[in-house]
Amino acid sequence: MKHTLRQVFRSGKFLFGFSIFVGLLLIVIIYPLLVPDDPLRIIGQGTFFPPGIYVNTYDSVNAATKYTLNLPEADVRRIESRLKQEDRLAMREWLTAAGIPESEIDIEDTERLLTLWNNNFDPKKSIPGMTNARRNYFIRLNNALKGLATSGDLILASKQAESGTLEETGIIKDTDYVNVSEVANVRVLVLGTDNFGRDMLTELVTATRVSLQIGFVAGLIATLIGLTLGLLAGYVGGLVDDIIMFFTNLFTVIPGFVLLILISYSIGQEQRGAFTVATVIGFTSWVWTTRAVRAQVVSLRNRDHVNLSKLSGHSIPHIILHDILPYIASYVVMALILQISSGILAEAGLSILGLGPKTTEVPTLGLMMRWAMIYQAHIQGNWWAYLPVLVTIALITFSMNLMNTGLDQVFNPALRD
Amino acid sequence: MKGYWKYFLNKLGWFVITFIFAFVLNFTLPRLMPGDPVAAIVSRLAQGMSNATGVQAIYQQYAELFGTNRPMHEQFFIYVRNVFRGDFGFSFSQYPRPVAEVLGASIWWTIALQFPAILVGWIIGNTLGALAAYLKGGFDKVLMPVSIFVSNFPPFGMAVILLAVFGVTLKWFPIAGGYGFDLIPSFSWNFIWSVFVHYQLPFWSIVLIAIGGQAIGMRSMAIYELNADYVKFSRFMGIKDRKIIGYVFRNAMLPQITGLALSIGTMVGGALVAEIVFSYPGLGYTLMNGVMGQDYPLISAATLIITIMVLTANFVIEILYGIIDPRIKAAQSEQ
Repeated sequence: MKHTLRQVFRSGKFLFGFSIFVGLLLIVIIYPLLVPDDPLRIIGQGTFFPPGIYVNTYDSVNAATKYTLNLPEADVRRIESRLKQEDRLAMREWLTAAGIPESEIDIEDTERLLTLWNNNFDPKKSIPGMTNARRNYFIRLNNALKGLATSGDLILASKQAESGTLEETGIIKDTDYVNVSEVANVRVLVLGTDNFGRDMLTELVTATRVSLQIGFVAGLIATLIGLTLGLLAGYVGGLVDDIIMFFTNLFTVIPGFVLLILISYSIGQEQRGAFTVATVIGFTSWVWTTRAVRAQVVSLRNRDHVNLSKLSGHSIPHIILHDILPYIASYVVMALILQISSGILAEAGLSILGLGPKTTEVPTLGLMMRWAMIYQAHIQGNWWAYLPVLVTIALITFSMNLMNTGLDQVFNPALRD
Repeated sequence: MKGYWKYFLNKLGWFVITFIFAFVLNFTLPRLMPGDPVAAIVSRLAQGMSNATGVQAIYQQYAELFGTNRPMHEQFFIYVRNVFRGDFGFSFSQYPRPVAEVLGASIWWTIALQFPAILVGWIIGNTLGALAAYLKGGFDKVLMPVSIFVSNFPPFGMAVILLAVFGVTLKWFPIAGGYGFDLIPSFSWNFIWSVFVHYQLPFWSIVLIAIGGQAIGMRSMAIYELNADYVKFSRFMGIKDRKIIGYVFRNAMLPQITGLALSIGTMVGGALVAEIVFSYPGLGYTLMNGVMGQDYPLISAATLIITIMVLTANFVIEILYGIIDPRIKAAQSEQ
């Protein structure tokens, strides 16, 4: 046993897959201790806030100390961030129409674009083919640009409770700064928020945990059923073997996915908890384990040590436990790993169809994927709503398959390259 | 030839048995669950649909069609009779369209998308796997990890990524549907081109996934065969390398064909979910709409049709396998 384990951990592939998996497990365990938030709590009002650091405006205005920094590039940056892409495109349109060579116009370089605009724009200039409405649009744009450039102080005012008049309480200059560490409320949303305004990262970690649990339960059930049936069919043989193999062959061809859909739909949305879904997945995916275990047991059944055990008068359970199971243990472990990863995928597929666990209790990777799809995150370019989920799923299945390949090479020397 | 005939009948027998079994499951599974599905449907209908006369009409029609008040075995025969007539009742969510019409419109999209994609993926994957086993070295070192990673990717994940990269960011391909939403199906160039362009992303997302899994399988089969005794023996005999490789890959190919037959159900399942990502008007998308609309007749009929598709594909592959594999012919004629 010890020797086998040492051999397994010497396999590079296994080790690589194992470290990814353990890493994921550690994150799933440690993160909730650091951030004990409810993963389904809606914190954002609105959909799909991009990832970033959110600084409370109220608190930063009222921060205890204000610092004055005179940074030369501040003005340009301010304008840059306010100048929308469509305005830039409109500026280019006017400038090219006014006869500026296109090579001189770079709409990404705000400073040059603005100088070019200020030097050339003339509201009275008539450009052939331009409607009056369009000309007025450019005049409005020009005024708006002037507004961007002139930066006056902002006045803070508060309403007096009795008279309702506004009273000045402070002035904010364009050179005022606050230190982020002195602002009372700063929230880092590493992966932004999802369509409901929930913190994606917290949700993702919980979803990974739940999905792993689903995969584990499904895999365990499938492996137990498969192991029992495979042992019965392989060891007992005869009619039992025929009957078991008849059903196994049937369920190999009938797509398990279809059975999953039928059962999940019949259970109904209200009764479908994560655990129920896991059980259903387990009960529809035992076929491969049964086949593999049976094949192994059939080849073991007539080995000398098994016959010896039979002659010594050991009971069938004793023989199975001591003379057969140790020989197929490696296959069963490999089958279990495969079942876990395919269980996670099955849950994701079901959830996308709308037949996953009910949506009010816990998030799962599949449910997160479904929410992202329904709210069209992939079409709107909100990558943070689906890409981390996909990467997590891929990492889980990838790490498990690597472990499996590693184990396979240890136990089947013929496969080593 | 007599031997093959026997093989064929054996497979046909299995096909019929599996079909009957799948059919019975399709009928009983929803009815085995706690609670009467029809009662559940009525309560769902009451909250779901706004068209009150429509609700009434469907419910009566449904109860009559499926004889829901009668004993189980009678219901079953009514169900069998209806199915053989191609009558699946009305769709709840798309009333007054009958289910047969809804599915008839979507099934061809699925067949035209999935089977070519799985076949192309299988061919490319096997070629790459065989090359990796034969060439070894750098080609193998690059191809294998990529294949392992790709084949572990969920099919819908591949679909989403292709969509985001080529559809949304690069705008090379349209992002949803089977053809332009402003077109009416017809035999015009415009329409055919539109279908072709919409076809690309779903097609390649299925192909890519299939390539990964097949390449891995083919590679290990080919490595196994390359080390077999008959290869060494042929080398000693002085048979040309090219010819030996021909033997090797033919032998390695055969288990891959069985593998395809066994995995086609899983592949179709994955591809159905990929369809949803692209809003492709096939069975997967219809199924999802059925689930969202609590459309029991639609779901029941769709799952039945998917099962029939998979079983038939499986049967065809096994029949072809019997023709291709000389060992089966030999085994059959000996008896």
